[in-house]
Amino acid sequence: MKTLLELRQVSKHYGQETAALSDVSFNVKEGEFVSIIGPSGAGKSTLLRCINRIVDASGGEIFFNDENVLKLDKAQLKRVRRTIGMIFQHYNLVNRLSVIENVLHGRLGYKSTLAGMLGLYSEEEKQQAVKMLNILGLQEHTYRRADQLSGGQKQRVGIARALVQKPKMLLCDEPIASLDPNAAKTIMDYLKTISATMGITVLVNLHQVDVALRYSDRIIGVNKGKVVYDGSPKEMSSSMIHKIYGSEAGELIFDHGGQNAG
Amino acid sequence: MRGDIFARKKMNAFVFLGVLILVTLVAIVMTEYNVAKGFTSIPKAVHWGFSNFYPNGESFRKLPDIMMKLKETVLVSIAATSAGAVFALVFAIFGAHTTRFNAVLGGISRGIATVFRNIDVAAWALILLFSFGQNVMTGYFALFFGSFGYLTRAFIETIDEVSGGSVEALRATGAGYFHIVFQSVIPSSIPQMISWILFMIETNIRQATLVGILTGTGIGFAFNLYYKSMNYHTASLVVVAIVIAILFIEYISNYVRRAIL
Amino acid sequence: MTAQTGTKIKVKTLNKASVIIRATLLTLTIITIYSFITFDYKGLNLLDSVIKTAKMLPTMLFEPHFKHFTFLEALYKVLVTMGLAFLTTLFGAVIALFMGLFAARNLTNNTTSNVIRGFVAVIRAVPTVLWVLIFAVGAGLGSVAAVVGMSFHSIGYLVKAYSESFEEMDNGVIEALKASGANWWQIVFQAVIPSTITFLLSWTFLRFEINFAVAVAMGAAAGAGGIGFDMFMASMFYSDLREIGVITYFILAFAIMLEVFASRLKRRLKLNA
Repeated sequence: MKTLLELRQVSKHYGQETAALSDVSFNVKEGEFVSIIGPSGAGKSTLLRCINRIVDASGGEIFFNDENVLKLDKAQLKRVRRTIGMIFQHYNLVNRLSVIENVLHGRLGYKSTLAGMLGLYSEEEKQQAVKMLNILGLQEHTYRRADQLSGGQKQRVGIARALVQKPKMLLCDEPIASLDPNAAKTIMDYLKTISATMGITVLVNLHQVDVALRYSDRIIGVNKGKVVYDGSPKEMSSSMIHKIYGSEAGELIFDHGGQNAG
Repeated sequence: MRGDIFARKKMNAFVFLGVLILVTLVAIVMTEYNVAKGFTSIPKAVHWGFSNFYPNGESFRKLPDIMMKLKETVLVSIAATSAGAVFALVFAIFGAHTTRFNAVLGGISRGIATVFRNIDVAAWALILLFSFGQNVMTGYFALFFGSFGYLTRAFIETIDEVSGGSVEALRATGAGYFHIVFQSVIPSSIPQMISWILFMIETNIRQATLVGILTGTGIGFAFNLYYKSMNYHTASLVVVAIVIAILFIEYISNYVRRAIL
Repeated sequence: MTAQTGTKIKVKTLNKASVIIRATLLTLTIITIYSFITFDYKGLNLLDSVIKTAKMLPTMLFEPHFKHFTFLEALYKVLVTMGLAFLTTLFGAVIALFMGLFAARNLTNNTTSNVIRGFVAVIRAVPTVLWVLIFAVGAGLGSVAAVVGMSFHSIGYLVKAYSESFEEMDNGVIEALKASGANWWQIVFQAVIPSTITFLLSWTFLRFEINFAVAVAMGAAAGAGGIGFDMFMASMFYSDLREIGVITYFILAFAIMLEVFASRLKRRLKLNA
C-alpha cells in the first residue's frame, strides 16, 4: 500500500520553553486505521492539528499525498484541507443551523466565495449530504437544529460533514471523549466501517487504551510530545502501556477502561 | 494558625471599610454634598411630587403634541441603533479574536470603538452642536456614535464567546474567510446580537431624552419646556409617556429574546 | 439548477426563532428608513454639516487649549465628577443590596420578588436626567439633586444584577444552614453575601464606570457641576471648540482608565462563574 501521510521530525514549541511536540516521525498508509494514545497533555491534539495546519508546526516536514504541507501557500492549503476531514471532541457544529446545513459546510472548501457565503449548494451536493445522513442513520433529523440532538447524534453529523468533503483521510480528535459508552461504541463502529468500506484513512486520538486495541490496525503511543510506541495492537504489552501513560495510570485504565468514555 | 486567618480577615475588612469611609468623606467635601439636605430632600421631594407632579385634565390637552415628540425620539433612537449596529458588526468582525485579519487591524478597530464609546452621548451632542446646530440630526449622530462604540464591544464579546469551535471546524474543511464568517460566525451570534440591539434601543430612548434637552428636539425638549415654565402637571405627563414607551419596548424585547435565544 | 431525481432538496428551514429574527431585522430596517424620510430636518444640509464636522474635529483634537480654567482646575473638576459618581454608586449599592436580597427568588417568596422587580423596572424606565431635574425642584440644582436623582437608576441596575448573583449561588449552602437552624439574616450574612461578594463588588464597579459617564452628562444637562458643566459652558456659551477638545481628553482618559479596570474585573467575574 502507498504511504499517504508522512511526518518527519515534526516539532512544536509554544513560546521558548514549552515543547508540545519534539521530533515526531511516523508514516500512515492508505486505508489504515491508526490510533494515537497517550495521557492528556501529551500533545495528541497538537499533533493532529499540525497535520492540517490548524496549528503551525515549528519544525520538521509533513507530507500528505506527496505534498509538503508546511510549504503550501494559502490557496494550496485550502485545497489540501478539503481532502482531510476533521472530527472534534465537542463536535464543533454551528448549533443554531439545521443538521443538513451543518453537513453541507463540508462542501465550503469547494465553493466560490459568494456561493459559500450565501449557502448556495448544487442539487448534487445536497443529494450527497442526504446520502451521508442516510449512511449515518440521521435521515429523520435532517431539518432539526443541531443543538437539539444528543451527543452521539451530533458526532454523527460531524462525521457526515467530514465525509461530504470526499476526504482521503479523517483526523479524529478525541471523538468519543464526551460520549456515553453506547454512543462511543456506535461512533467507533461507524469510523471503522467508513475506513473499511470507503478506503478512507483514519487517524484518531484516543485516551481509552481498550478502545484503541480493539479497533486499530496500528497504535502510536505519545508521551510528553514524543512517540514512544509505534506498532500493532497485538504487540502492545502492559509494561508498554505503563510507559506511555506513566506509572500511576495503568491500574486505572485496566480496571475502569470502559468508563473512561464518560 | 486558624486565629491568624480570622484576624487577617478582620484586618482586611477594617482596611476596606476605612478606605471606603475616607473616599466617601473626600467625595462629600469635593462635590459640596450636603448630607443632611440629602436625607431631608427625599421626603420633601416625595411630598412635593404627590402634591404637584401628576398629570391633570389640563395637561392632557398637550398629549397629541407630547406623542408627536415621543414618536420622534423613539424613531431617532431606533434609527441610530440600527445604523450603529451595522457599523459595529463590521468593526467587531475586524476586532474579534476569532475573525480578525491580523492583530494590528484588530487593535485599530478596537481602539476606534473604545474612543467612540468613552465619549458620552451628551458630550457628543455638545460637540456636534457646533456643526449641526439645534437639529434632530445632532441627537441622531450623538446616539449613533455612542451605539456604535458600545455595540462594537458587545459584538466582539459575542463573537469570541459563541463561535470558537465551529470556526475551527470550518477552517479544517478548507472553507475561506468569508465562508466562515457568513456560515458560522453570523448564524451563531445573531440572536445574541439582536438582544444587544434591543437593549441599546431602550438605553437610547432614555439617552435621547437627555440629548433632546441639550439640542432642543424630541421628548427631552418637550419636558424641558414644561419644566422650565413650571407646568409640572404636563411635565409629569411627559414622564408617564416615556415610562410607558420604555416598558412597552422592554416587553417586546423580552418576547423576542425568549423566542430567539 | 434542476434536481436529477426531480424533487429539489431544500436546505433552509423556517422555525419560530429564525422567523422572529428575520421579522425583527426587517422591522428595524423599515423603521430606520421611515425615520429618515419623516425626520424634520429644518432645512439642514446634511452634507455641509458632515463636512463642517470633519473640518472641526482636527481643530478640536489637535489644537486644544485652556482658556476658562487651568490644567489643575480641570483635573479638580474631573475629580468632582468622579466624586458624584462615587457617592451615587455607594448609596445605590447600599440600598440595592437590601432590595436585591428581597428580589432574589431563592431568598424570598415570589410575591415580594415580583413586587420589587416591577417597582424597579418602572424606576429604571425614567431617564436619569428627569429624576435629577425633578429632585432639583425641591433641593435646587446641585450635587444633592444630582446624587439622589442618579441613585435611582443605579439602584434599578444593581438590584437586577445583585438578585441574579444571589439566585445563581449554590442552594445547597442555604439548605445546609437552614438545616442547622440558622435564621434568615444569619444565612444572608454568613452564606449568601460571603459566597457572592466577588460578583457584588464587580457589578458595583461596573456601575461606577457607567455612573462616571452619567455624572458627566448630568453636569451638562442638569447643572450637577463637575467637568460636564464646563463642557456645557464651553459649547453653549463660549462656543470654544479647542476647550471642548481639552475637556474631551480629560473625560476620555478617566473613562478609558475605568473601562480597563472594569474589563479586568469582568474577566475575573467570568473566571469565577
